[in-house]
Order: sequence, then structure tokens, then C-alpha cells
Amino acid sequence: MSGNGNGSRYVGQRLRRKEDPPLITGKGVYTDDMTLPGMLYAAFVRSPESHARITSIETSAAAARDGIHAVLTAEDLDLAAGMPMAWVPPGVEINTPEHWPLARGEVKHVGQAVGVVLGEDKYAVVDATEDVVVEYDPLPVVVDPEAALEDGSPLVHEQFGTNRTHQWGLGSEDMDVAWQEADIVIERRIVNHRVHGAPIEPRACLAEYRAGYLTLWSTTQIPHLTRSFLAGSMQMSEDRIRVVAPDVGGAFGTKLNHYPEEAVACAAARRLGRPVKWTETRSEHMTTTTHGRDQIDRVKMGLKRDGTITGLHIDVLADLGAYYQLLTPIIPCFTAFVASGCYKIPRVRTDITGVFTNKFPTDATRGAGRPEATHVVEVMVEQAAAEIGIAPVDIRRKNFIPKEDFPAEVAVGVVYDSGDYHGTLDKLLEKIDFDELERERSELRERGIYRGIGYSTYMEICGLAPSRIVGPHGVGIQGGFWESAIVRVHPSGSVTVFTGTSPHGQGLDTSMAQIAADRPGTTPDVVEVIHGDTNTGPYGMGTYGSRSLAVGGESVARAAEKVQDKAKRIVAHMLEAAPEDIEVAGGKFTVRGSPDKGMTLAEVSGAAYIPENLPDGMEPGLEETTLYDPEHPAGSTSCATSLSTTAGRRSTPC
Amino acid sequence: MIPAEFDYVAPETLDEAIRALADGGEDAKLLAGGHSLLPLMKLRLAAPALLVDLRRVPDLAGVRANGDIRIGAMTTHSALVRANAGLASVAAATIADQQVRNRGTIGGSLAHGDPASDLPAVVLAAEGTIVARGPGGEREIAAAEFFRDYLETTLAPDEIITEIRMPGTEGWSFGYEKFNRRREDWAMVAVCALVRIESGACADARIGLTHMGSTPLRATAAEAALRGQPLEAGAIAAAAEQAAEGTSPPADLNASADYKRHLARVLCRRALERAAG
Repeated sequence: MSGNGNGSRYVGQRLRRKEDPPLITGKGVYTDDMTLPGMLYAAFVRSPESHARITSIETSAAAARDGIHAVLTAEDLDLAAGMPMAWVPPGVEINTPEHWPLARGEVKHVGQAVGVVLGEDKYAVVDATEDVVVEYDPLPVVVDPEAALEDGSPLVHEQFGTNRTHQWGLGSEDMDVAWQEADIVIERRIVNHRVHGAPIEPRACLAEYRAGYLTLWSTTQIPHLTRSFLAGSMQMSEDRIRVVAPDVGGAFGTKLNHYPEEAVACAAARRLGRPVKWTETRSEHMTTTTHGRDQIDRVKMGLKRDGTITGLHIDVLADLGAYYQLLTPIIPCFTAFVASGCYKIPRVRTDITGVFTNKFPTDATRGAGRPEATHVVEVMVEQAAAEIGIAPVDIRRKNFIPKEDFPAEVAVGVVYDSGDYHGTLDKLLEKIDFDELERERSELRERGIYRGIGYSTYMEICGLAPSRIVGPHGVGIQGGFWESAIVRVHPSGSVTVFTGTSPHGQGLDTSMAQIAADRPGTTPDVVEVIHGDTNTGPYGMGTYGSRSLAVGGESVARAAEKVQDKAKRIVAHMLEAAPEDIEVAGGKFTVRGSPDKGMTLAEVSGAAYIPENLPDGMEPGLEETTLYDPEHPAGSTSCATSLSTTAGRRSTPC
Repeated sequence: MIPAEFDYVAPETLDEAIRALADGGEDAKLLAGGHSLLPLMKLRLAAPALLVDLRRVPDLAGVRANGDIRIGAMTTHSALVRANAGLASVAAATIADQQVRNRGTIGGSLAHGDPASDLPAVVLAAEGTIVARGPGGEREIAAAEFFRDYLETTLAPDEIITEIRMPGTEGWSFGYEKFNRRREDWAMVAVCALVRIESGACADARIGLTHMGSTPLRATAAEAALRGQPLEAGAIAAAAEQAAEGTSPPADLNASADYKRHLARVLCRRALERAAG
């Protein structure tokens, strides 16, 4: 590809993923691959009860087994704080229970950790957990979120006197007007069931406490945030903690968290003076790694006879489980932010009720609240079309936000910066021949084969931003939503990029190398991308919410741009040209109009690191940092799929 | 996933294996491919004190088709597929994924007695024989006498399956149809059909049902309905309608009993159509 004026040769190209050769030949380094001298293995004693009082824990038989170093319970852990929850919504009352990494007094879901066995042999510690005798006095259980709100329901947390966690709403205050203006109002109860992310690599962590310094290797999407949390719970200065996310085998949001096992491993490593490693089993993963969705949505949509939508109200009942993980109660709020979908709806409101049940917490999983909204809106649009008797395509077109309206503020109070929903749908219809699919459907029907044809549109908040809206005085998440990058050109001209995101298989090593290579005119194969280590890169927010490339990638681009600017000034100085006349093309910095006069990046960086002839006042070296805080990332797309079924034969023709 | 502690031996001969199994008593289990047993152990649903591994015992693997078909008990599903031995090979090719097929064995699958596995119903429908050796010598068990209940067979605890024999397939054609949600899953229901065609009519039919009860089953009503009939669409459809007669399949997470009966009828029709060519 030729340059686009900015020297873009690699962005947009299909490249083989740089990170794959070690990963697919067994040379990756995952947390469970690591072993440290004197390391102990941890195995957790977990509750088989959904809700029970712990009347006694007898650890002596387990502790006496060969190879067992210690058996710890809650009171043995020297932790100043329990598990963090990062949402403090201004003006909203929320019942927040204490959540300790090992149960204190009661268990409230199956799989809750009650104790931990530590020993030199990873088999022996699992055997020993069977010798830890925990007596439980079972308490009444509630697992149905609707039943949990009924009078007389068993209470998950007695002290609140209710299972209701909080109520939160967003959007129009005058929904009555929407129903008055409507010719027809349809109501549906839509269940979005509980799901699990289930990445290939389960969770694992390895903690080492040595000479006052703590290092935690963990399967996490958020190493920097985890370090901040540990500083609080371990009562340590943040500079003495290092958190590393080595190769991580997928997450789907489930590793966007700080988990009890990480805190226990750190506390146990400090108490015992030995490194502690824990690796999750798949069974543990299904019970004690965050779940997602679990909403019951009561939805009301008002329409004119011609299909114009007058209003949409979503009453969300969100099953949050027994405790809060990092973002548990805020996840359904994201449903509210995208409740208007791609549509211009004069009145939209979402009201959320959170509820405790005796299940593991829900949290961010594959879209975290937003796919739930897309599901609701698109189902309602289809239902309305069927009820009114107009084509699903037509009702969408009638209600899409027109291209010329952007930037468009929707009724939930969010401004969409840009979009062309008619255009994306038209493009979909160009690519997918619905008439042909429907003709085939009729033919297949005669042979007893039923085909369903469906498609969907969506509007997403990819990247979660900006900080001032999502942060403490906006939505109330106690954090910022920027991302960091350092682009360091070495004296030889090769490049190291440090990103504050923490990829876990998405291919960011390759895409960030592409981004970083273009601006200084080098090639991705000499750009190394370093991530996931609090001791090497700048503080960063991690990888989640479709943000790593949108926010982290832009941060890399901006740092690379600064490098390019500095390099141009050096080249201009050395070749006696004006900086604005320096171009990046064909892997060289050249002077416009004199293509034979140029310097390679290696020559530029050589000059930068041996500063004999730099412009006046310029610092040596060739390295730049960016912390980028975005405005409104957004995206939209459409897709179609169809399914043929009789007793079982499937095909997806498009 | 870490199993409870166990002892392990890998004897060099069949006699040693039989002795080790007998000495180990009821807490001893045979290890063939391990793809049913080891997951159960890792989930701690099974905790045998001794595993007697058959991997070093000679002459237990291989397929010979010479008149009848003889399949060594330690023949892996992959090897069975490669042997191209008709229905059993076609069914074996649908088992789980390549890694499982490379390790799992026909002897292990039959001894495990899981009615959702592919090969038990195939051996049953083919009117095969299971050859087993124990301290008292060798005996042959007809497949119809072999499967007793869910995960239970008539194999004695100290017996080892050495070979599976199935009648030759000359003059027979077959079809195998299986339904599952993902290709790697166990069958929600599967149906295997063997038909012998003479002068365009069905001279004999043998139909096996997978996962329609606590053991593999024969669809005897459908077989009877088909015998003597011309092998054309109408007769096949009519016979297939009776595929679920007399069964009471257990409902599970994937399918209700009614849906399984529906699947049996549909899959039976498809298997017969395939067999009819």
C-alpha cells in the first residue's frame, strides 16, 4: 500500500500475528507455567451450600498431612480491606455488603472460598482440602430474582432487610406523554439468561513477597488497577507492588476483576514467606469466576400506526448474585446508556432494580450490559413491526437517526457523535439478498425445512469514555478511562512500545506494532509491544469494553506522532531543511522535492542518542509518552444470519 | 482438575493384567484410552485405588475383516476409522474430536456402557459379540446380553475385553445418523441402520438406537415393519415412524423425552434412506 500522506503503510494491512508463533508452539508463558523456588501450591476449600452459617472449621487433620504447609481461614489473613467494588453513584443509595476473600461466618453462594490449603505438592493440597471439615447450618436460599423481591423471601444479607440492592434510572421523566402520543403500546417480558465467558485459560495467580516487595503474576485484564487494590488491602505502598499479566489466554471480561484468590495468594505469601501459586480448575471457573447478563426486562414501546416509535421504557431487574465484584452493580446501567439503539425515539427511559440472590456475582461479560439493550430494542422493533403489520426493514428505516442529525443527542441524554444507520442497513441489504433467502425459505418449507431469517442493528459504547462522564462525578465509576503509551526508538532504530492496556489474545501486539511502525517509517517486525507489567510501562487502565485498540491504539498513534515530529525536527536540522518539508515515505525521512536527501530511522535515532548535533534546546533520545483521554467512541454495524432446521441440519448461507 | 491418589501398573501380558485386576479387587479399574475414566477421576466422581493400564499388553489392537470383522479391544477410534470397516468405522468417525478419537478405544467404550456413546448401539445392531478373558478363561458375550443398565455391563470385574466380533457385512448396506448440538458432543440421539436388500426388498433390517434408554436399544418394531417391504420412501417412512416404539428415553438438559422420540423417528428414516442408497 502506498502512503496516505502520513506514511501509512501497515495500518489496514493483513499481517500474520506477531504474537502467534510462541503461543501456538507451546512457547508462551502463562501464569501456570511459572515456578519459583520454595513455591507452595494453594487449593481452596469451597462451600457446597448456597447459603449457610459456618458453625465450625476443623483444619488440623488437613494440616497434619504430609507435604501440607498450612491451612488458613479468614482470621489468618492480614488484609485491611475486602474485595473492591468501584461504583459509587452520586445520589444513589446502594446496599454494599462486606466481601472478604475467605468467608467470615456465613457462606452465600456455592463455591465461596472458606479456607485455603498450602503445600509443596499440587496434588496433595487438593487431597487435603477433603480433610478440612466445615460444619454448615443451612439457611433459606433464594435464586430467583423475582422471588427475591417478594415479601417474606429469604434474605441474602439480613442486615439490609431486603434483597433489593439499589435503584437507578436514566432517561426521560415524562414517559406518560409517549404513551398518550402512541396509537399502540406493546409490552413484553424479555429474559436475558445468565451466561459465562469461559475463556480457554482459566484463572491463575502466583504471589511472591520478598524483602518488603510484593509481586503478583495473574491472569488479569487490569494489572495496574490490581496493584492499586492490593496497595489498599495489603496496606503497602503502591511502588513496592508489581503486578504482571503474562500471556493470558482469553477473558471475555471475566478477568476484568480483582478476585478473592489473588488477595489470598498475596496475604498467604506474606504470612508464610513462600511464593504461593493457585490455578483454577474448570469446575471452579464455572462456579466462582464472574457470570454475566441475568436480566429480566419488562419492556414497553409506544408507536404510531405508521410505525413511528413514540417511546421506550425498560424496567430492568438485574440479578447481581450474592456479593459485588469490581463492577457488578453498574453493569446493568450500561443497558440504559444504549437503550435508544440506532433509533430516534423522543422518550426513552430505563429503570434498574438490582437484587441479591444466592448465586455468584454477575459482572462484565462480553459487552457488559450493552448487548442486553440491543437485544431488548431489536426484539421490540421486530415485535412492533409484526403487531402493526409493516416490514421489519421499514420500521427500522422509519425510526433510524438520520445521518444529517449527527451529532445527535438521544433521549437518554447521550450525544452520538456520528453514524449512518441507513447506510449500514443499505450495505447489509446489498450484501445479503433477502428476497432470495425468502424465496428459498418458501421452497424449503415445502420440504419440511424451516428457515429463520434475522438481522440486527446496534449502537455500542466501544471504549467506555469520556472520563468526566463515566468517572466519579458522572456515572460514578471510581476511575479514569484514558490510556497510556510510550513509544521508545532505540539507538539502532528498532522500537519498543509500552501500552497500558493488557492484551489477552486479541492480536494487539501486531496491531499496535502496525500503528507504531507507520509514523516513524519503520516496519512492524522491529516493533516490540510490551504490556501487562506495572514495573515496565506507564500506569494504564487495562483491556476491556472494546477499548484496547480504540483508546490504547490511539494513544500509541499519538505517541508515535510525537516521535515522528521530533524525528522530523532532527532531520530538518541535520539536512538543513524546514521541519514541515520533511516527509516519511518508503521507510525514510526525506526532504520534499529532494527524494535523494533522507535519513533512515536508525540514522535519526543514532543522532538523537549521540547528541552532537541536535537543534538548540532539544533533549537527547527518541522516546515519547501519551496519556490519551478520549471523547465519545462509538460504532455501529449490522449483520445477518439465518438458520435452517429440521431435526437438526443447520446451515448458515450468509 | 486433580484426581485422588491412586496406584498404577502397566503389565506386559494379558495374564499379568488379569492377575493385577483380580489382586486389586473392586477398587481396581482398567485403563484403556482413559477418555471416560480419567475425566470422572479428575472430577473425583470416581476414585479407583489402582489403575491397570493395558497399553503394554500386546495384540489387543487392530482390525481384521476376513469374512467376519474382528476389532481388538485396544483399537482406537481413529484406527477403526482408518480400517474402513463399514458401519463401525463410519460411526467411530463421529466420536467427539480427533484428540479423543486418537486415544479412546472400542473396548473402553463398550466396557464403560454409556448409552450416549456411539459404538455400543452399533455393536448391538450388528449382532456382535464381545470376547472377554478372566481368571476362568475366555468367554463370548452376545452384545444383546452385554449391556445391563446405565454404565453397567455383564462383564465381570476381573474380566478384560480382548476383541469385538461382528458378522461380515456382505449383502448389507447401512446408514448412520446422529444429532447433537455441537459436533463434538455426545449424541442427543443417534440411529444406525443395517439392511439386507434382496430383489429391491428388505430381506432383513437391524436398527440400533443410541441414547434412547439406559442401554443401547434395538428398534425392533421398525425392523419388523420393514422386513419384506420394498425399500422405498413410503415403506421407510412408515417403518421409521415406529423407531421409538417401546422406548422411554430419559429427558436431559439437551432434550425432552418427546423430542428424543421425535429425533429417533427422523434419524431412523434418514439412516434407512441412506442405507437404501
